[in-house]
Amino acid sequence: MPRLTIDGQEVEVPAGLTLLQACESVGIEIPRFCYHERLAIAGNCRMCLVGMQGSPKPIASCAMPAADGMVVQTNTPKVHAARKGVMEFLLINHPLDCPICDQGGECDLQDQALYYGFDRGRYHENKRAVSEKNFGPLVKTFMTRCIHCTRCIRFAQDVAGVPELGATGRGEDMEVTTYVRKALSSELSGNIIDLCPVGALTSKPYAFVARPWELSKTESIDVMDALGCNIRIDARSSEVLRVLPRVNEDVNEEWISDKTRFSCDGLRRQRLDRPYVREDGKLRPATWNEAFARIDAKLKGVAGERIAAIAGDLVCAESMLLLKRLMEGLGSPNIDCRQDGAALPAGPRSAYLFNSRIAGIDKADALLLIGTNPRLEASVLNARVRKRWRSGELKVALIGPAGELTYEYEHLGEDPRALDALVAGEHAFSQVLRDAERPMLILGQAPLTRPDGAAILAAARRLADETGMILGTRWNGFNILHTAAARVAGLDLGFVPGQGGRDVEGILSGAQAGEIDVVYLLGADEIDTGRLGNAFVVYQGHHGDAGAHRADVILPGAAYTEKDATWVNTEGRVQRGFFACLPPGQAREDWAILRALSEVLGRPLPVTTLADVRALLLEAAPTFGTLDAVVPAAWGEFGEAGAIDAAPLLPAIDNYYLTNAVCRASVTMAKCVATFGDDASMKTGTHG
Amino acid sequence: MSSRAEIAVSGPPFAFTEENLAEAERHIAKYPDGRQASALLPLLHLAQRQNAGFLTLQALDYIAAFLQMAPIRVYEVATFYTMFKLHPMGRHHVEVCTNVPCWLRGSDDILAACRQKLGIGPGETTADGMFTVSEAECLGACVNAPMMQIGDDYYEDLTPETTVAIIEALARGETPKPGSQSGRRGAEPAGGLTSLTSMPGEPAEAGKSGGEA
Repeated sequence: MPRLTIDGQEVEVPAGLTLLQACESVGIEIPRFCYHERLAIAGNCRMCLVGMQGSPKPIASCAMPAADGMVVQTNTPKVHAARKGVMEFLLINHPLDCPICDQGGECDLQDQALYYGFDRGRYHENKRAVSEKNFGPLVKTFMTRCIHCTRCIRFAQDVAGVPELGATGRGEDMEVTTYVRKALSSELSGNIIDLCPVGALTSKPYAFVARPWELSKTESIDVMDALGCNIRIDARSSEVLRVLPRVNEDVNEEWISDKTRFSCDGLRRQRLDRPYVREDGKLRPATWNEAFARIDAKLKGVAGERIAAIAGDLVCAESMLLLKRLMEGLGSPNIDCRQDGAALPAGPRSAYLFNSRIAGIDKADALLLIGTNPRLEASVLNARVRKRWRSGELKVALIGPAGELTYEYEHLGEDPRALDALVAGEHAFSQVLRDAERPMLILGQAPLTRPDGAAILAAARRLADETGMILGTRWNGFNILHTAAARVAGLDLGFVPGQGGRDVEGILSGAQAGEIDVVYLLGADEIDTGRLGNAFVVYQGHHGDAGAHRADVILPGAAYTEKDATWVNTEGRVQRGFFACLPPGQAREDWAILRALSEVLGRPLPVTTLADVRALLLEAAPTFGTLDAVVPAAWGEFGEAGAIDAAPLLPAIDNYYLTNAVCRASVTMAKCVATFGDDASMKTGTHG
Repeated sequence: MSSRAEIAVSGPPFAFTEENLAEAERHIAKYPDGRQASALLPLLHLAQRQNAGFLTLQALDYIAAFLQMAPIRVYEVATFYTMFKLHPMGRHHVEVCTNVPCWLRGSDDILAACRQKLGIGPGETTADGMFTVSEAECLGACVNAPMMQIGDDYYEDLTPETTVAIIEALARGETPKPGSQSGRRGAEPAGGLTSLTSMPGEPAEAGKSGGEA
């Protein structure tokens, strides 16, 4: 551990730290543009200059390892003058357009110019101008503002794994560009907006919309995939204007996917802002009382087994719990949260969790992907796999459709029977798994939705056991990667068919055959609504999507940004989302709708406040008591041994940009589809 | 001068000739396994030679695939070095050095002679596609200034007259004799030798002991 002196202060820092990090560890802030703790060190902006005894010239602290006996000054007139000099050069070609720049108010250059800038320029020649680039529908460019820190280039190359950005030309002609004028084909491209320290890369949909100080900022949880990425929702009055990432080392580090970031304009369109009832085949606006009365009238005298409920992909734990209680009160065992029909049991918990945890990827040394394309199903997790793969410690293999992942993998074919072959040790990769210290597998949703899903689950479980993925409490390498934010909470709460109950397939075929009279859809849009037959359909949700189109009564609910609610991510991590703005019109928080409905139905749920609902949650599943952490799940028996069909595995996601009702209402997502093709998975070669 | 950041022109599909393929493999073999990207500069050079003196987008992409690199990494290098040309060039590339020693020795006149003869200035190509003239930075032949490079050959000790003669010879399809145009050998003094005028005698005493080994 090197000991050094920083500004007269003796410090001991861990070996391998740079001077800049050492300074930070004692609370001294060093200005910087190119340095970013999650990217490779470039050392090209020169803003982080510090003085060092014995060095005639100031040194770039971001690229200098802290060493024993160094005497460093960060606050001398010489250092200050050096930084001022660097700043003056940076500003030579930087336009003075802060008033019309979207970065204004949250700009590193603006902030640091306050301390190191000069109040007038000594450069009287023409500033250089750089033509704008087309980076696609998400990232707006204004390259004249670029200060060539190369953060975006390093991000695209190292983190996103799509080396499409580069610096062409030299000297004054240097430009950051894709050169061939193409859109960035990454699901993480939005992150370069956050990384850009100036206004060269800004958000296209958010262009000229707001200033940061006008926005109310709410820390919340994302529901676009099952990772539960930590986000900050920036809203003005009742509009969510943008979504930014929050740091959570265990989940998303500080990245979010483009869907998480840019689908928020979908929250303003196609919204259900008042109750509707169907009359003469047409939906007409109604009052809450009318809507409730209609449901009450329809449910009168209907036997419990002729009622069913399906929970969708985005719903919160609170509403699922209350709907489950309501259905229990109505005597219905027909409830299911697995819209896609995944053969996942509601227990043991380890059967449906990402047991290694997302951060566990950083320790894994062998990975088998089964029927999953993490790049599309959980982009941020894919970046984590890439990070580990880049370290050279991780070997990856894939069973399923070969996709353009951002790391190399061994393709073991599309036939799921390869699992049996791996168990039997007939594949070379079987030995890799056995030799690995921390092997893991990731089972996607696509294989589980097949008729032989339970058998595949069992085979994956057997493989985990056989290849030493289960090491007591130290390591569990069996992982399910969900695609729906609501799924784990649903399974935790047992939102699955009760004794003799029907699952989604049973409900749909029952409705078609006239054996189910009433179907309650809680935000369920990804089912085949054409198969609901003559059933009376109640849709509670926030978007006029497939479910609402088929509904006989619509109860307008709140989207994820409009309520205090709980989600459980694919690891089983319980996280709270918070209210950022009001739901539109007469729409209400979902738990309150269910509570009010239960009153009308004469079976009042025993809750009056959200706190009551949360107490019920805790009662239903004790894991809800542990917020922001993962309760390890005990290993157990699950899956049904059986023959696996030879049919090739299919992708779980057809189009990355259109996976849920919010995305489908989003103009930005539609533009992405237009740019990257109708079938966004083609872009990454999922079908290839 | 056109900006270096301008995009390379598109051309027909590119592939190395068999000869160049062998040459490319020879370059790659100089580097350790997995470090084939190190051979980028010589390969770009080969491609430029094969492709009439400039690189097309197709050539850049071909080399990227050949070296298993991201195409953008190749674009970066190709746009960085001024010696890689991304636009069609004349058959003969006349590069007149205009750095200080050549300039002091009259490179302005050489450039003017080119302009007069060919009707083009630096950075331009004649209408018949035969000549491109450009200004070059120091090419390291200051002793024989002023000089110019055409293709792989240096033409030194130029006067406006010899410059025009060289261009005329090239236009006729001849290959003018490279090197000094004033008749001196190599970089010997222009007015004849001033030292080492006779054969050296017997080695001195000090030289003996070293000479034996």
